[in-house]
This record gives sequence, structure tokens and C-alpha cells, in this order.
Amino acid sequence: MGASGGLLFEGADWDFQILQRVHDACEEIARKELGLDVYPNQIEVITAEQMLDAYSSVGMPLFYKHWSFGKQFAFQEASYRKGLMGLAYEIVINSSPCISYLMEENTATMQTLVIAHAAFGHNHFFKNNYLFKQWTDADGILDYLEFAKGYIAACEDRHGREAVERTVDAAHSLMSHGIDRYPGKKVLDLRAEEKRAGERHRHEESMFNDLWRTVPNAKAKTKATLTAERRRALLGLPQENILYFLEKTAPRLAPWQREIIRIVRHIAQYFYPQSQTKVMNEGTATYVHYRIMNRLHEQGRLSDGNFLEFLQSHTNVVFQPEFDDRRYSGFNPYALGFAMMQDIERIVSKPEEEDRYWFPDIAGKGDVEGVLRDIWSNYRDESFISQFLSPALIRRFRMFHLHDDPAESAGIKVDAIHDERGYRRVRRELSRQYDVGFVDANIEVVDVDLAGDRRLMLRHTTVKGAQLNETDARRVLQHVADLWSYDVALTEVDGSDKVLKEYVISPRAAAVAA
Amino acid sequence: MVIHIVDRRLNPGSKSLENRQRFLRRAKALVQGAVKKTSQDRDIKDVLEGGEVTIPLDGMDEPRFRREGGTRDMVLPGNKKYVEGDWLQRPNQSGAKGSGAGEGDSEDAFRFVLSREEFVDLFLDDLELPDLAKRKLAETESEGIQRAGYATSGSPANISISRTVGRALARRVALRRPRKDEIEALEAELAECDDATRRTELLAQLEALMAKKKRIPFIDPIDIRYRRFETVPKPVAQAVMFCLMDVSGSMSEHMKDLAKRFYMLLYVFLRRRYKHVEIVFIRHTDRAEEVDEDTFFHGPASGGTLVSSALVAMNDIVRTRFRPSDWNIYAAQASDGDNMTSDSAVTGHLLTDKILPVCQFFAYLEVGEAANYTFDMPDSSLWTLYERLRNDGAPLSMRKVSERGEIFPVFQDLFKRRSKQERVA
Repeated sequence: MGASGGLLFEGADWDFQILQRVHDACEEIARKELGLDVYPNQIEVITAEQMLDAYSSVGMPLFYKHWSFGKQFAFQEASYRKGLMGLAYEIVINSSPCISYLMEENTATMQTLVIAHAAFGHNHFFKNNYLFKQWTDADGILDYLEFAKGYIAACEDRHGREAVERTVDAAHSLMSHGIDRYPGKKVLDLRAEEKRAGERHRHEESMFNDLWRTVPNAKAKTKATLTAERRRALLGLPQENILYFLEKTAPRLAPWQREIIRIVRHIAQYFYPQSQTKVMNEGTATYVHYRIMNRLHEQGRLSDGNFLEFLQSHTNVVFQPEFDDRRYSGFNPYALGFAMMQDIERIVSKPEEEDRYWFPDIAGKGDVEGVLRDIWSNYRDESFISQFLSPALIRRFRMFHLHDDPAESAGIKVDAIHDERGYRRVRRELSRQYDVGFVDANIEVVDVDLAGDRRLMLRHTTVKGAQLNETDARRVLQHVADLWSYDVALTEVDGSDKVLKEYVISPRAAAVAA
Repeated sequence: MVIHIVDRRLNPGSKSLENRQRFLRRAKALVQGAVKKTSQDRDIKDVLEGGEVTIPLDGMDEPRFRREGGTRDMVLPGNKKYVEGDWLQRPNQSGAKGSGAGEGDSEDAFRFVLSREEFVDLFLDDLELPDLAKRKLAETESEGIQRAGYATSGSPANISISRTVGRALARRVALRRPRKDEIEALEAELAECDDATRRTELLAQLEALMAKKKRIPFIDPIDIRYRRFETVPKPVAQAVMFCLMDVSGSMSEHMKDLAKRFYMLLYVFLRRRYKHVEIVFIRHTDRAEEVDEDTFFHGPASGGTLVSSALVAMNDIVRTRFRPSDWNIYAAQASDGDNMTSDSAVTGHLLTDKILPVCQFFAYLEVGEAANYTFDMPDSSLWTLYERLRNDGAPLSMRKVSERGEIFPVFQDLFKRRSKQERVA
């Protein structure tokens, strides 16, 4: 098909040939002009109800069963029916092939937009960004979810739904603390996980020998030969991945419970890059769809009317309410991401004097796509903003930094605004808002009292005086204690190791690891 | 590049159904409370409509480590007038609320929509009515017809053209009946042919073909097929429920409430069994009238008590609107038991001759004041009458109720006995 094959479609209706044509047209621009490198695409058309279904299982096509997804579904269904919530036009899954769900209600223009956005923008980002490369296994995720679903269902058959639910509840409450933040030596291979689960099981079975039961227990070590240092080293402490620690060391968990924790952990890890790249991911996809749609229009393959329709939805998507607007709820990742991508395009192609000073590496370099592709591959939100948020953009958004110290009675201080003195501080603070190190509480497993009452000791190092919400902390710690089967203590300390608060929670009688 | 476009729209929906059920099971106590509360304010008919319920999130939350307080730094868009070093008043002292950090606790009450089935299950479950739906109700059946393949005999009106023609075609092909164009071709050749021997040959051929064509008819009686119908018993899918109530001055609000609850249960029960259920409300003092639900329960009325008037009214309505062969008729009468003594004979006569023969079920509920042990009191005139009728073999169910809690056991009891084809004690 040539570059000027006439209109792709007319009006609002679409059919599968049109989708195919649209995909091919988008692909040509994406590959030739933008140089994108994507996973094979799979486009699935779904109904609104199926979209709601997908919402409630974190967007994945298949997922294990759990009541919390049902709650999610009931909640979303209610607000959808009342018209409080619109549905997304699309959901895209980081897998290979890359699956994009399109809503059947979308008009042909919207389908084009969505294909450009998801099937090329997000898809390229998934395939090339270093975080996704490091932490997710796009080839294996669907198989792994299949395995997880089957495994948990089998556990329910064997051990009862309630027992399994308790374990999953407990694991879910720690999901945000079940992540390896730094890459280890192993490469994640989700496909092999299922096989390994089976192997572990077979190994245990083959090692079982009833004779061992009759051998008298070896004499306990008389002295506490293990020094604290060595003990910690053996246990791999301190460990910030609490789920991992529990999976490996909790003394009374059944093998299937460890496997369930492992499943929850793997899934949390799979979503970890997405939470760190919201701005970049949406920015990339929005920039890509904007470029593709504009080019389609220029080529005469998109009518003026359809292009206007596109512009309208695009404008809605990248709308950023100001802080005193009732609609304001933080920075809109689409707006910020798209603005930054366009700004980079400007800096690379038509830099001002200021840009040459701030961005000597890329200003006026000329190769817009190349620079952007490099950024898309090698940054996450935090580093992206701290590197590429330009003074021009800070001025455009009229960003300002507020410093709120509860001890200060005068009120909230305006610490920096969009002026020469403020650019760097605004940029630093904004990038910090996206830093996972600041977003999640820094809680570590620090020690286990092996010689005494086996108490598990956690420590929360507070940042800027923010302590844990007590009700929630107690509930989560209850889950930890249930998994650990012995007391769990959490100490909150500030930067200078001064203890701010202590919790000690004992496992419940009908604990998970009974 | 290969691209797969998959149409998932026809895939079975409601993948979340199981998750939803799990959620409901977990929140059962809470949801049940909400259902109970909602159903109290509803009319009998609406008790089955699903609807939105609100439950507190207690116990349904998913805790996470969450931080609050401390010094906060934030970058916001849309500065209009501030310069560095300005001080802003704090909006209010609930400091921790704000930029997304504490989003989780904003939904302390949780609203969602229950479907009809879910609502009824929970409603019945609350009444500890686990498998009432499985209990078999007596039901009238009417004959219906349904298609049952094809037959070789039947009425001409039922000939299946397509079948018949199809079979005829098959037979003609199988027996090699000469086709029209074959004959025409021969005739054409014959017309142009001058060679005598060839002509005789052609003539002979043509004759043979014509003969064969005659032997093999276009449509043979053995081709003919008739559409076959079978009569099948078809359950009557509609029911009408008569609510009869004494609204004379002696009936208190409490008594009416008891009656309402009973009607509600009966309605729910019928609703699960039949596709279409109508309710007729007949209230009576010494006169009877058909009224709407609101008037039935709340409208003021006074006068004496003539039960027969209600039965006459019901009989009229049955005759004019609900043919017993098309409708399953259920009736439930609630009263405090007062009746004019002179009315007894008429009532008994009406009941045994007119009403009971057409009813699936007739229940009499004698309601009393709370904490007033009706059992200690002498039997009321109506009770005495009905008891006598029942002893004579009339299929009547009757109970005395004075407390809300008794309604359900009574209801269950009534149906249990009936299903065993026993006389209700």
C-alpha cells in the first residue's frame, strides 16, 4: 500500500478491514518515520462490560480469583452506571505479542488513535525501556498468569478457599513491599517458573524418607554460636523485599503458601516498572499517536472532520487543570509527558539560547526521533524529569514548589517559582515526587531473634517525619505476623536512629501458617 | 508484520462474576444488613428488584503501609500570583489530606449495585430460607404444541414444501429422470435432421426419454413430508396472588405489618417459581374492595367485619380476569379472626364451593398483638369456622402469628406440609 492510498475510512463506522488498514498505515509511519521497534501486535475488540472485567483484574486478560477484584468490579460498575466514570478507550498489555484491547464503542477515528497510541506508542516503550527489559518478561507473562490462576485454583481445591484467601490477602497487603528494587544476578524467566514449581515439589517428594523420622534429633547447638553479624548475613539481612524474606524464611509456611507468596511477588514485580514510568509511558504513547495522526492527515488518509474529532479527544487527554481548579488531582501524566516530549522535539530542532545552556547534549542536534528513542529507552520518570524538564516548560506550566512544615505556624511556604532562581529546585522537587524511593515507605526486615522468641524485626526509616498510619500499619503487621507465625515488631526510626514508635503484633490463633 | 485482530465481543462476558460472588460472600453479613434495610422500605413487588446498596467498608478494606504527616514538598502547576518566599494559609488543619497520598480512605462507605438474583438470594438467606425454590409447588399444566420433526402423513396444511421438494429432487436425480434440456436438445436436433436413419434413431431416443419421464413423476407421494407437532404439557407460567385482609378497626399497625411480611414472602416465593406474578389486594370491612398496595396497608377504613364480602370479591375477580386454567391462583388471608357469626355459613359455603377448588393454595393467617399469646385465648370465630372446614377435608392452611419472628417458620411450615400432600395441621 502506498503512502497516499486515499482515505483510510469515512465517517465513524469501522470494520475489521479498516482496522487492518489503519494498523498498516500506522505501522508504516511508526517504523519508517519514528523508527519504532515493537512487539508483534494483537488487537482485540471488546465490549464495555468486558472492559469493566478487565479493569477489575488489573487489566490482565486472565488472573487468579480473589474477592478484592470483585470489590473493585462492583465499585467500578456502580460508578460507571451512574456515569461518574468513563471507560478507557483502550488497555494495553506488556506482553509479546503486545495485546491492545479496543472498545467496540469507539469510532473509527478513536480506533486509529488508540492503535497509534497503544499498539505502537506503548508497545515500543514496553519493548525498549530498560526498566521493562530488566524486570518484566513479556514473552512469559501470559503463560505465567495462566499458571498462577491454575495453581491458586488447585490450592483452593486442596486446602480450602478460606485458607488460600487468607494467604493471598496477607500477600496482597505486602505487595508494595514485595519488590526487588535493584536487579540481582538472575534473569527473570517466567515461563520456567511453572516448571520449577513442579521440580521443587518433585524434589521434596523424592527426598522424603520415612527413616529420617526415626533418627533421634541431632543435639541442639549448645551455645549461640551464631553471632548477630553472621546470622544476618545468612538470612540475607537487611532485606527490603518483605515478601521475598517471608517466602524464603518464614518457619511454618506450607510449600503451597510459599508458592502463592511467590506468585504475588512476581506479579508485583511485573507491574513495578509501570508505576515508575507513568509520565514517560503515557508521554511516549501520546507523542507517538500525535505524530502518526498528524502524518495520516497530511497524507490525506484522514479526513478533516475525523482529524478534528481526533484533536478534540487529544486535547481532552492532555488537559492539565491548574492547582486551584476543582478538577485538579495532581499532574496529569499524559499532559506532562506529552509536553515534555514536544519540548524535547523543540530543543533538538529549534533550540533557544537558554536551551543550549541547559541541554548542551541535545540542543540543536537535529535528530529528533533518535534523541527521543534514546530517552525512551534509558530513563524512568524520576530521572527523565530531573534531566529534561526545561525552564521553558516550567514557565509554561507556571510550576511552583510548596514546602509544608507542620511545625511552621505561619503556613505553607512558597519555596520556588518559575524564575531563574527556582528552575532547578522546582525540577528537583518534581522529579522527587516520582522517585519510588520516596513514594513507598522504606521498611526493611532487619533481624530475627533466632535464639529467643523468633521475633521478626522490621524497621521503618522515616523520611521527612512521615510516619505510618497506625490503623493500617497494625492491619498489615497482623498479616505479616500471621505469615511469620511468631511475633513481629516494627520500629519507626528517624534519620538519626531515634525511635519514634514501636509496634509488636502477635499472630492470630487461626493464623495463615497454622 | 503479522497482526492479529481478534473479536472478543462474543466471548462469554462476566469474567468477574466469580470474583464478585467471592466479594459478596465475604461481605455477606454487611450486605445482608443493607438488603434488609432496603427491603423494609419497599413495596411487595419491588422487594425483588435488585438495586444499589451501601455497605460500610469495615472489614472489606485492603490495608497497605501508608504514610501520613511530616513535612511535605509538592510542585503544582498554575501559579498566578505567588513569588518565592510567600506564605500561604493552610486550607484547614486536616494536614495529611491532599495530593494523592491518602487516597485509600476516601471511600469509607462503599456503594454498589446488586442484581435481582443476588438481592433475592440474600433476602431469602436472611430469612433462612435456603432451598425453598427447590420445593415443588403444585402447578396446573396446560397443553402446548411444539415441533417434532417430520412425518409421512398429516394434514395438507402441514406439508413441508422445502422437505418435499428436496426429497423429490433427490429421487429424480437418483433415478435419472430426463431433464428438460436433454429433451429439448433432442427435439432441436430432430427438427434440423434430414438423415432418415438418424431421425428414427432420434425419435426412438426421444420416445424412450418421454416414457421414462412419465414413469418417474416430478413429485411422488412418497416424497411428501409433513411437519409434525406434538402436544406437550406446558406449565402455566403465570400466577396471581390474592391478598385478602381485614382492615376493620380491630386490626392494628402491628398486625398489618405481620400480614405484609407474610405477603412479601409469598410473593418472593411465587416470583421464583413463575415468570409472571400479579398481585390483587382486596381489603374488607363489611364491604370488600380491590385497592392498590398503599391503600391496602395504610388507607384508613372502618366498619364491621364480613369475611364473605372479600371472598365474593375475589371470586368475581377470578371469574372476570384470571381464568383458573391459565393462572395459578394463590390466596392468603390475614385477619384478627373476628367475623360476624351470621356470616359463617356463607363464608364456609363460598370457600369450599368457589374459592378452594380454583386455588393452588389458600392460607389463613391469624395475626395477633405482639406478646399476646393467642394460643391462650379462646379460638376466634373465623378460626373455629376454618378449623371445622379443614376437618371436613378442605385444603386450607392456617396459622396464628403474633411476632415478626414467627412469620418465616410459619411460612416454611405451611409449605412443607403441603408439599407432602398432607393436611395442614
